[in-house]
This record gives sequence, structure tokens and C-alpha cells, in this order.
Amino acid sequence: MKRRKLISVALACAGLCLVSACGGSSSSSSGSAAFDAGNTSIVNASDATGGTLNYGMTNQFDSVDPGNTYYAFSWNFSRLYAVPLLSYNPAPGKAGENLVPGLATGMGTTSADGLTWTYHLKSGMKFADGEPITSADVKYAVERTFAKDVLPNGPAYFQTYLANAANYPGPYKDKDPNGLAAIETPDDTTVVFHLSQKFSDFNYLVANPQTAPVPPAKDTGANYQTQVVGSGPYTIKPGSVNPTTGFSLIKNPYWKSSNDPYIKQTADQINVSFNLAADDLDNRLLSGSIDLDLYGTGLNTAARSKVLSSAQLKKNTDAALSGFLWYYPIDTQVIPNVDCRKAVEYAADKTLFQNAYGGDLAGGDIASTVLPPNIIGYNKFDDYEALTQPGGDIQKAKDELAKCGKPTGFSFNVAVRGDRPKEVASAQALQTALAKVGIKIDILQYPTGQYGTSYIGSPSFMQQHNIGMGTYGWEADWPDGFGFLYSIASGNAILQAGNSNISMLNDPQVNNLLNQAAATKDQAQQTQIYQQIDKIMMDQATVLPEVYAKSLLYRPSDLTNVYVSSVFGMYDYTQIGKKSS
Amino acid sequence: MSDETEFLDVPPRPGEEGFVDLAPTPSEKFLELRDLRVHFPTDDGLVKSVDGLSFSLERGKTLGIVGESGSGKSVTSLAILGLHRKASMSGEIWLDGQNLVGLPEDDVRRLRGKRMAMIFQDPLSAMHPYYTVGSQIIEAYRVHNKVSKQVARKHAIEMLDRVGIPQPQSRVDDYPHQFSGGMRQRAMIAMALSCDPELLIADEPTTALDVTVQAQILDLIRDLQQEFNSAVIIITHDLGVVAELSDDILVMYGGRMVEYGTAREIFREPQHPYTWGLLGSMPRLDRDRADRLLPIQGTPPSLINLPSGCAFHTRCRFADLNGGASETEVPELVEVSTGHQVACHLSPENRRRIWDDEISPNL
Amino acid sequence: MITFIIRRLIAAVFLLIVVSIVTFGIFFVVPRLAGQTTDQLAAAFVGKSPSIKALHEIEQRLGLNLPLYEQYWNFVKGLVAGEYYDTGTQIVHCPAPCFGYSFKNQLPVWPQMLSVLPVTLSLAIGAAIIWLLAGVGIGVLSALRRGSWFDRAAMTAALAGVSLPVFFTALIALALFRDALPIFPDAGNYIPFFDNPGRWFWALVLPWITLAFLYAALYARLTRAGMLDTMGEDFIRTARAKGLPERTVVVKHGLRATLTPIATIFGLDLGLLLGGAVLTETAFSLPGLGHFAYLAIQAQDLPEIMGVTMLAGFFVVIANLIVDVLYAVIDPRVRYS
Repeated sequence: MKRRKLISVALACAGLCLVSACGGSSSSSSGSAAFDAGNTSIVNASDATGGTLNYGMTNQFDSVDPGNTYYAFSWNFSRLYAVPLLSYNPAPGKAGENLVPGLATGMGTTSADGLTWTYHLKSGMKFADGEPITSADVKYAVERTFAKDVLPNGPAYFQTYLANAANYPGPYKDKDPNGLAAIETPDDTTVVFHLSQKFSDFNYLVANPQTAPVPPAKDTGANYQTQVVGSGPYTIKPGSVNPTTGFSLIKNPYWKSSNDPYIKQTADQINVSFNLAADDLDNRLLSGSIDLDLYGTGLNTAARSKVLSSAQLKKNTDAALSGFLWYYPIDTQVIPNVDCRKAVEYAADKTLFQNAYGGDLAGGDIASTVLPPNIIGYNKFDDYEALTQPGGDIQKAKDELAKCGKPTGFSFNVAVRGDRPKEVASAQALQTALAKVGIKIDILQYPTGQYGTSYIGSPSFMQQHNIGMGTYGWEADWPDGFGFLYSIASGNAILQAGNSNISMLNDPQVNNLLNQAAATKDQAQQTQIYQQIDKIMMDQATVLPEVYAKSLLYRPSDLTNVYVSSVFGMYDYTQIGKKSS
Repeated sequence: MSDETEFLDVPPRPGEEGFVDLAPTPSEKFLELRDLRVHFPTDDGLVKSVDGLSFSLERGKTLGIVGESGSGKSVTSLAILGLHRKASMSGEIWLDGQNLVGLPEDDVRRLRGKRMAMIFQDPLSAMHPYYTVGSQIIEAYRVHNKVSKQVARKHAIEMLDRVGIPQPQSRVDDYPHQFSGGMRQRAMIAMALSCDPELLIADEPTTALDVTVQAQILDLIRDLQQEFNSAVIIITHDLGVVAELSDDILVMYGGRMVEYGTAREIFREPQHPYTWGLLGSMPRLDRDRADRLLPIQGTPPSLINLPSGCAFHTRCRFADLNGGASETEVPELVEVSTGHQVACHLSPENRRRIWDDEISPNL
Repeated sequence: MITFIIRRLIAAVFLLIVVSIVTFGIFFVVPRLAGQTTDQLAAAFVGKSPSIKALHEIEQRLGLNLPLYEQYWNFVKGLVAGEYYDTGTQIVHCPAPCFGYSFKNQLPVWPQMLSVLPVTLSLAIGAAIIWLLAGVGIGVLSALRRGSWFDRAAMTAALAGVSLPVFFTALIALALFRDALPIFPDAGNYIPFFDNPGRWFWALVLPWITLAFLYAALYARLTRAGMLDTMGEDFIRTARAKGLPERTVVVKHGLRATLTPIATIFGLDLGLLLGGAVLTETAFSLPGLGHFAYLAIQAQDLPEIMGVTMLAGFFVVIANLIVDVLYAVIDPRVRYS
């Protein structure tokens, strides 16, 4: 559950929005280059085609196989060559959080009991090898993501929500010709999903790349990543995939824009280079030999100061809300007294957190809630004066300490990822601030690799080592409150390893509210539920929010159709082209 | 020509009245050194390795230069070959009518190895370890003779044969470390002689060798000298080496000549206390071990700060016989008999008495 | 000579076995001794928030649940006899030398290393030529003109070369000669030689020089010191006494002797470098073995780490062997003793 962000107008509105969107191109106005213009408008809107786009990144795809990837940027980018059933509206701002058709003709239709979701495929969609895309290809694509031993990276929502699916081993080991019974294909253009429980956010699930079609005859399991058969406007250039250096996309000759108005086929070729040195990537981006930082987390320190000190360069940047929340979960088992936790909330110096993460433009805005602003369900409130007295309120903190029965303070440990300087700096800031009210913390550093699975993600480890808090970051896999909150707030989501509900919050009211949200189709009610949960979590002081993360993104002036996707927290890669020079 | 020269004015010599130093007068000797000074500037001061040395040598003759380490004998020989690169040199070195001092480096180079050659001590370090003996001789030959490699190789084998290396056809391809010490020295000699040099300088040619081999090498040098009619300079700290080989002997101390004479004179009537000391240092087999050596006391002087007056006075047992002159005045070279020169403050009578009474009987 | 080489080869194989055991120990045994469970090891190979079931499946697939000696045996078996991998849809044979299978990249390690090897070869060999020529040349000139302005300037530059970190010089070089003055527009990319030899060359000039700068500095200092020593040797005086031109004396007699220790160091340096120039490759985004190793370590991809360590070890051992043989060729005294 970590990776995406979400939309606002969920279901009720989705139908309307879709209709209007189908009618024509985006209603957003075209903007010209100015600082933050990409957050609200399409910069350099154009129908220009041709040229080559060169994208770079400092790391690499976990996999270019759409069934085996779990990063925001790859869910964003893979839509160019692997089209899921649904996609996101190509528009800046809140409008971009609406779902739009991908392979499917529209949103899923659900049965009266809410347990069956039906999608119809558009006619005439073809793979890059000329074969028609059928419902069997979609069914197979979802089935293969169950083979976790072969394709371990993607999320496991389908295992959770499809009926009788938890023990399905995937098509490689399962020899039943009918495959997974929970997915039916009554004809070539219809896919029916059977759920084990009501799940009103199911449309978001089919918008992730796991539903992008894979022709069974072409699947080579783990090796499919090097020979993905394109289903979008592009396909992977045969032989170009090298998992450590990159790959190239070329046009899918069988793709027609009339089939999919929400995605553009602009450049003739798109090259992606992996594992570039970070500062070098920024320099190349600024000098124009690289068109975009594909990873989408923005410029590094050196380039940031260079860009912000030059008006010429700054107008080509956007400080985009990434959808990420940096925060400290407060373990309610280690610090059971709510007043003690509130003392921490008041005493923490939020401006120091902001500085630790890179300031207001590259770090983010000081946070006072669990849900970030671009998640459906966000409602601004401020329980602990984070916005009004960001430096901390020592008096109130001391009052809370007195209430908790420890007027002279108490002590516990704080976990950080030792190889992440920003998080270490944040923990040191916390240490300084808490010391002022007598709360003494020791910082314990752990490696990033197993941080989430074995250290902070292990409740027993946390208790044994008296770790009351830890640096953490979170974003949703789809942009509504459910997508953001479930794993970190539901008592049912608590795991013994790889646990994300680090607060160990197991509040019957919260659990119940989440169940209601999953069951209802009423968007307004859902939104209200998410607000309620957010408020409960803050009132209980189970989370100390730090910042709503922002990335300082750079868009070279010769790129067209550039804007920030609110869902992904970076530029929408399905629209970008290059001005013909 | 010679008739006419009799009628020419003989130009005044340096030091004579009316001498004008326009250009040095060419020497008529085959090799003549005039007032040679070789000084090395160092961080500690000026090292006067050779300070005013003059002598001459004719073809077919052998001169032995004797002295301790640091007396300037090796520096002299390298100066003749023009191998001092960092030294300041003055004086004249005449080789067959040509003054080598001040001659362009490349001209001197062309003479090296061809007209004058040198045999170094310790041939293991003096020969390049990475090249075969043959190729090193071939190289020495070809640099001065435009011949093919095959011809040069044949010549190298001949030379090895001539210096008494057995199976020269195969040994020519051996490396220096595969030779024994004596063989290496022979090879070194073969290399030095490869261009039939008119002047051959042998610097401690037998120091690193055992006694039987020493004799063979010295015989070889003498034989070859007779064969080539070369002028030979033998440099050594060991009077025994030069005893039979040399016509004349030059004794150096502290960068200066202290005695010069025929080998006979030097051995029969040595005049300088230092020479006596050298003679006394010769090991003799016919004496008891304790009596065998009469070594010179003390250590050789620093060439930066030579003792005042006679440089030897600090080690001289007879310095106090001269009323302090030894400490203040540098003794002049004086001819005691024709061609026999000595630089010593002792009166001739004292010298004769000391030699006859004290030194000679103990040798 | 033949027995000498055979003896050295046997020793080399033995050394490689030791290297493999040590590497295996560092990455497989030490973490366990430090208290890591196989679940935690497996967690490095799965996506985020894996289920316990997924962890067990991966564990089984990687053989992490087997006893250690069996894991090591499988690794060695793969090296010698090849291995079979289940990609899901088919069983793929990974022929010997199979360095294992990367579960991060879902590819066998050996072909990956083969694909990045040309980059490292291009970088290392090109740089080696430059630093050898420049370093030795400058060192010789410096030694011959000891104390001159050239000597002082060269040795100051050499000090800088030895002291400046590659990632710094690389960044400066790129900023100056690619971004500010686009002389080398391709720098920071690798263009395969057979795609376009001209661009291959031009793109590599900056990395070559940057890497060579570091080594040239070292070699200049070594050569200078060596030359100063050698030129004081008796055999140099002999060469001069033979009347050889100074150039012959310096090159044939002086340099030849100086180069022997240089050749030794050069062989080892080149061997090490062939195992990957980690900093240079990373700084210039060159996808070579060093970069590969860097990524493998960052991703904790054990088979890749094992593979790249073994390959680097192989290069060093082979370089050692070549140096030994070369030494015998250069120095006849070694040959016959």
C-alpha cells in the first residue's frame, strides 16, 4: 500500500466527469512557463509530434514488467506501453484525480451486493504485434501477479479482495485451464471480477498496471520484463531492455489515438537511462541533454540552489506536492498514555522538521493532519498548533506531561534509517525539541533495506527496544482516504513483520469506519469518514506529522504538455512531447 | 716543421713573466692535464674533489693513480671522460692535441668509448642487468662503428675470446649475472676495448676479485696494452696492483697530487709520508699477522673543509718536525730528482733519514 | 617457464576458491551470525510490504532455507557446471560459468556482467594507456630536470592528482567540458564501440582523462623516483662511458630498469580496475562492472555481489600471474633463478 495518491471526486462524480472528459480534450487552460505553473495549468500545450525524449533517473525500475512494479513513477510511465483497464484524467489539479477509461469503455458496473465488478473492453485495441487485446489477456495479467515467487514486486490487493483467491498460486503453477475462478471472461471484451467483500474503491485497483493485458503465449515469466508486448501508444523497443542501464520505447504501430483520447503519442522514441549519478543527472537536465528526471522526486541540493537563485531557471520549475507525508508514527504500546503522546506533539519543533527535509519548496509544507491535501478526505485542522506555533509550545507540552503523570519527562528510543541524512536530521531536531521539556530520546539507526520489514515494521522489535517513534513516510496507492489510511490505521492491517500500522492503532471505531467506507458508494459519506478517522488519529496523538512532502521538479522549456499529476505527485508522463526545433 | 719551431719564441708559461692567457697552448703530449679542478657545489658547501692536478701520459705507457677513497682519483678519471654532469670544472685536459674541457658535450661523447674507454670496478653493477653481455659489447661497438649487427656480434665474440672467455659463441648471449666475477671483469674489459681505445682508464679493476683472478686480470690488461699500444691509467688504492703494471705512479691525497715518480722511485725512494703509509698498508705474506700492516692513522679529510696547510698534517706522524709550516702553508710540489716530485715540508734530509731508519726496515 | 606458469595457475585457482569462500561468508554467513533471519534476507528480494507467504516463496526459490554448505555448494556447482532457473513459464539453463541468478533484476548474473564488461574494458584500457604514457613521460622528464620549473609544476599537479577525489574531478570536468563548453556532448553516456567508434571514443575522453589523472599522478611520482634512483646506477655511468647518446642512455638503459617495478604495479592496478572503476563509472554514469557492483551492493543483491567479486578477484589473480610472467621476461635475473 505505499505508492500512490489520489483523487477527489470519487465515484459519484466519476461518472459525470468521465462523460464530460470523453467529449473533448482537457478543459484546463494552457499555461506559459512560470514558477509553479505546472501545478495548475498545462505548460506549453501543443499537438507537436516527433523527436526523441530522453528520460533519466538515478536509480532503476524495480521492473518494467507492468505486473511486477510498485513505484509511483513506473505506474505513471508504464501507461505509455501497458494500458490498465482504467487510468487517470490527464489534467492538472484536482481534476487529474478522476478515473478515466483505459482499456475499458468506462467505470466498472457493480452488482447489487457490491461483490461483482464488470468491465467491457473497447473494440479494436491491439497489441504492438498486431494481435487484438482480449479479456483473456487482462484476466491472465491479473492472474500472473499472484505468482509472488516469480513476480514479487507488485501490491497484493487482488489476493485480498478477489473471492477465494488468497491461495491461488498463479498461472505458472496452477494447471487448471480455467485459471482463477474469481475472474470471468464471458466473452472477448468482458471481464468480471468476483470479490470476497464489498470494496467500493475497486475501480482504483484496476487502474494500477497489474490489469494491463499480457498475452499468455508471449509471457516468459521473470523474463517478460525484457519483452513486454506493448498495449499503449508505445511498445518497448525489442532488445533494448537492460535492467541496469535502461530501455527505449518506440511507437506501437497498431495504436490509434481515436481509441484512447486520454493518452498521447508524441515523440517518435523515448529513451530511459537508469542509474545516472544524481548531480550529473541534474546538470544534464539543466543543460538540456536529459529531458526529465523520470523518478520524479525533484532536483538535488546543488541544482536546487542554482535553480532557485536564477529567475530564468526558476520559471521552469514546479514545487509539486508529492502526496507523500513525512511523519513519526507514535507506538501506542510503547507510549500508552495519550497525554504523554500529546506532550510530544506540542513539544516538537515543526520548522526544524521542515528544514531537515529541505525547506518549504523542496521539503514540503508543515503538516498538521494525517491525510495530505491531495487525498480525497483531507480536511484542514490543527490539533497541536503545528501551523500557529510551529516552533513548539513548551507550556502546553508541560501541561500534558503533568496530566500524564510525568511532569519531569520520560524517555524512549527513536528509530531512523541511518543512511538517510534527512531523516537523521529530523530525528536530531526532535531530540533537541523534546529535551526542552525533559523528554529524553536516544536515536537508533537502522539500514533502509530491512527498516520496514524487520525493525520499525516489527511490533515486537519496537517493544523490546523501547522504540516509541520512528521516521517514516507514506503515500497512498490510490488517491483517496481509504488508499492512504487502511494500512496505517486499521487494526486489521497490523502485521508481525512488514507492519505499516506502526502506531499499533486498533481502535474499534476506526476499524468500523474503514469497513463502512469500503462498503458505501456514497462519495460524500466516504469523504466524511476519512475526515473523521484523520481527526481520531490526531486526537489520539498516534501520529506526529512532519511535512506534506514537495518535490522541486524541473521542466525544460522545449517540453510540451507538462503539468503535475495530482495522483502521482510528478509530471504526467502520458502527455509530454517535445517542441519541434 | 720541427726545425722551424726552434726559431719561434716560446710563449711564457703560466706564472712566468709576460704570460698572457689568450688561449691555452695545445699540449704535445698524448694526454696532459693542466691544473684540473673539479668542484661539486652541494648544500653543505663546495666539495673540492680535485684541486689543481697536472700530469701527462704518453701512448704505450701506464700511469698508476693511488690514493684512499675520496682522494679524487676516480673523479679525475671521470673528468677525463667528461662524465661529470653537475661539476664545475676548470683547467685543461688535452687528449691528442684537443682540449676536452669546454668541448661541446656531443664531441666529447664521440670520443668516449672510441678513443678513451674505461673499465669500472664492480662489473656486476656496472653492467646492465637486463641486457646480455654480448648486446652490451655490440652496443658499445656499433655506437662508434657503422656496421651491421651480425658484424658487431662477430666482433663481440672475438673480443670475448681475446679477453679469455671460454666458449664465447655461447657466452655472448649470457647475462652478466650468469658470469663469475672474473669473467664479468673480462667482459667489461672486452667492452672497453671493443673500439681499440688509445686511452684506457681502469678504475679499481680488481677490487672485487679474488687474488688469483686479480693477477690474471692485471696480466690481461698489460697484454692488451702492449697489443694496442694504448695509454693506460690504473686507479687503485692498492699499491700492489700498480707495482708491476705501472711505469709511473701518481699519489693523490685530498684532491691534490702529493707525489709523482716512476714506479721504481715510488717503491724504492718514496718521499711523502702518505706514500709511506700506503706502502705500509700493503699486506705481505712473509710477515706475522700483527706486523703485516702499518696503516695510516685517522680517516681521509673532508673535501669541503680540507685541513689548513698540508692537508695530510692531521694524520702525519712527522708534521711537528717542520716548525708549524705543515699547519699553515700548503707545500709546493718540488722535484727531488728528474721527474720525481713531492709536496712535503719535510726537508730532504729528514725524509731520507726517516725512510731509511724508520719506515723501510718495517715494510 | 611452463612449470612456473602451471604452478602459478594452480595457486591462482586456489586463491579464487578462498576469495569465493570469504565473499560467501561475508554476505551469507556474517548476516546470520549478526542475527538476521532468513525471512529478513528474503525480504531484500521482495517488493514492499511483502506477505509472510511471499517471503517463504522467495526463500524457497533462492534456496535461503538450505543449510549454508549446501548453498555454497550450489554456488560452486553453478560456477562449474551451470544451473537451471525457473522463470515461471520455463526452465532456463544458465551455462557455466553461472554466477547465479539475480532476483532483483530477474536475470542470470553472468550475461549481465558480460554485457557491462566492454564498458569497463574500454574505460580501463583507454585510461591505462593515457596514464602510462603521461605518467611515465612526465616522471622521466621530471627526473631528468630535477628541480626545474617543469619538475616542480609536474609534481604539484601530481600531488593534486593523487589528492583530488575522482567524483570531484569528474563533476568539474563534466560541468566544464560538457555543460559549459559542449566539447564532449556524449560524456556521461556509453556508446558501444560497434555502434559508432567515433562517438565511443569522444564520449570516453573525459572519463579516460579523469581516471588517468589519478593514476598518472601516481605513476609520474613513481617513475620520477625510480628514474632518479636508476640514473645514479653504475650501469648508467657505463653506458655514458661507452659514448652512447644521452637519449639512448635514458631510454634504453635508464627507463628499462625503472619500468620493471612500474610494470608490476601497472599490472595490478589494471587488474583491479578491470574489476570495476567504481567511482569513475558512477560519476560518469558509465554502466560498467564497477557501477554494477555499486548497484548490486546498494540493492544487496547477493548473487550479483558474489559474481562481481569473483570476477574482480579473477582479474586481479590473472593480472598477478601476468605480472609475474612479465617480470621474468623483463628481468633475466628472475628468469633463471
